[in-house]
Amino acid sequence: MNTSGPAIELDKVNKWFGALHVLRDVSLTVAQGEKVVVCGPSGSGKSTMIRCINRLETHQEGRIVVDGTELTDDLRSLDTIRREVGMVFQSFNLFPHLTILENCTLAPIWVRKMPKAEAEALAMSYLERVRIPEQAKKYPGQLSGGQQQRVAIARALCMRPKIMLFDEPTSALDPEMIKEVLDTMISLAESGMTMVCVTHEMGFARQVADRVVFMDRGEIVESGPPVRMFEAPETDRLKLFLSQILRGH
Amino acid sequence: MSDATVTRKEVRIGAAAWLRANLFNSWISTAVTLALAYIILRAGIAFVEWALINAVWTVPYGPTGIADTAVCQNTKGTGACWAIIADKYRLILFGRFPFAEQWRPAIVVLLFIGLFVMSTVRVAWQRGVQSPALQKVAIGGGAVIVLDNLFGFLMVVAHVGFGLDLAGPLAPIVAGLALLNTLGKFALVFSLLLLWPAVGVWIGTLAVIGMLMFGGVLGMVPVPVDYWGGLPITLILATFGLVFAFPLAILVALGRRSTGMPAVKTLCVVYVELIRGVPLISVLFMASVMFPLFMPQGINIDKLLRAQIAVILFAAAYLAEVVRGGLQALPKGQSEAADAMGLTYWQKTGFIILPQALRLVIPPLVNTFIGFFKDTSLVLIIGIFDLLTMGKVALSDPPWQSFSTEVYIALAFIYILFCYGMSRYSRGLERELNSARGR
Repeated sequence: MNTSGPAIELDKVNKWFGALHVLRDVSLTVAQGEKVVVCGPSGSGKSTMIRCINRLETHQEGRIVVDGTELTDDLRSLDTIRREVGMVFQSFNLFPHLTILENCTLAPIWVRKMPKAEAEALAMSYLERVRIPEQAKKYPGQLSGGQQQRVAIARALCMRPKIMLFDEPTSALDPEMIKEVLDTMISLAESGMTMVCVTHEMGFARQVADRVVFMDRGEIVESGPPVRMFEAPETDRLKLFLSQILRGH
Repeated sequence: MSDATVTRKEVRIGAAAWLRANLFNSWISTAVTLALAYIILRAGIAFVEWALINAVWTVPYGPTGIADTAVCQNTKGTGACWAIIADKYRLILFGRFPFAEQWRPAIVVLLFIGLFVMSTVRVAWQRGVQSPALQKVAIGGGAVIVLDNLFGFLMVVAHVGFGLDLAGPLAPIVAGLALLNTLGKFALVFSLLLLWPAVGVWIGTLAVIGMLMFGGVLGMVPVPVDYWGGLPITLILATFGLVFAFPLAILVALGRRSTGMPAVKTLCVVYVELIRGVPLISVLFMASVMFPLFMPQGINIDKLLRAQIAVILFAAAYLAEVVRGGLQALPKGQSEAADAMGLTYWQKTGFIILPQALRLVIPPLVNTFIGFFKDTSLVLIIGIFDLLTMGKVALSDPPWQSFSTEVYIALAFIYILFCYGMSRYSRGLERELNSARGR
């Protein structure tokens, strides 16, 4: 596909849930290899926005172009996007009836039409990368939350996506497990992956983000490099938000 | 339970300790235990006396072959008359199937039981050889069979609807297709036996069951469906009923939850609500009496087949709601994760949604299965002679008329064997499926 254009481009995207206006003229461009952290209070539309990027939610107005393909009702464009974009969820969403290895090989085998042996070798290499190859034969229910989320990351990577979306990947974890997941995400960021990450982990944002986007009430209020955003917030809403999450920590 | 409660009570083991802890731990519990023990013992002793000690096992037969049931009449009330079972068991089990040919339905019953037993072994369901060529053979075989049947159907339509008798002019095609059909059946069964042995065994065995019942091949006397009866009828109705109703139910449940196709959704809702809204007896009655009225002259679908279709449609509506319950219980994230990975709808449904949803509803599924196994006895209303009906027929013989208790106990025993088997299997399956997954 295209090699020079932006990885993701949102142009005046609007979305309503019934009468509720959840995305208001959201415009955002993510360059290839860029790491963007999206933060904001709950209900600000940040999850909805990243779910629109792989079309788990549909937008009603505006344009979303991912890796040169515009998101429309056309099923072929949907197929292309889903292959190129990996997603990690807050609640892991591993398939509990399949082993860790089967979780990782399912999509490569059936979507990428990869031979089983090759898919298993690929899955093992990613499980090693997230440092849990020894759990491959277990079921998700036998793993800790942190391990499950690392498997979910490996599972998404097995599709060799160009873009990774993270929807609050550490919010459902016990504090002692957050670090292992963040470490995995940091090493992924260092490998040059394009990442959009909804998270409140400000330390992670400082360390890896090229840009922080602050959303509130369905719109992008402010965005910029993490240091500038956290140390010299321009809008009152961001100041309020930062004071609230700092007090919370 | 906390450690404190354990240490406070004396920890005792053994039968005496168990009895003391559970049956005699207070004066009320002791009184209840003694009263119940008395009732159970009295009833148990009375039953054993009636069913075993005072029972009559055989009766003499008169010179004309008519049973002399005087002994039984004398012990009536104090002893069971099992002689009626000895006298009538073949009538009850196999109905009016020609007496000399009853080895055929006997084998059919054994084949059914064999299928059930095989199906409970999970290893038996493993896939066989992986061969795309064999898959093509299987699909080809299936396609030829469908083609031949479709052609036959079109010929009937042409004949009945337009008065065209095409059997003469198209004779070579008919013969050719019939030959292909036979070859197709062999190709399908044998390729399936290699590809997916359990499915191949099922289809092959059902074909053998059909041959045994219908006859007309391999020197077996043809036996019209009107002469079938007893246990094979019950097993045929229940097995075919559930084997076809289950996939239909899954499709209906999926259709009812579909968001993109409102017409399909409406159709599924109407189907389920319509069928659930009427008693099975009325559906059977429709199939038996009303349905032929709507068919054009000259088309006559067999009564058993009509009852079978009615049972399938009825069971599917109930099973669909059970399956829908399982679909609804699954967290939305499962479906979203599958979507995000790029799986198609059918891949997502087949690999992610159904395996989990069906596992959740094993208890209500088996509950419905058991219910329908017994509900097949309602076909007596439209003159089909299933197991229960044959029991009634056996009781209509004058010398035996007053021994219904014995017959119904024997019938209940057969029903319990099958239903308890299903229930045991489902419990084992649940345990097996859940234990490996760390739950």
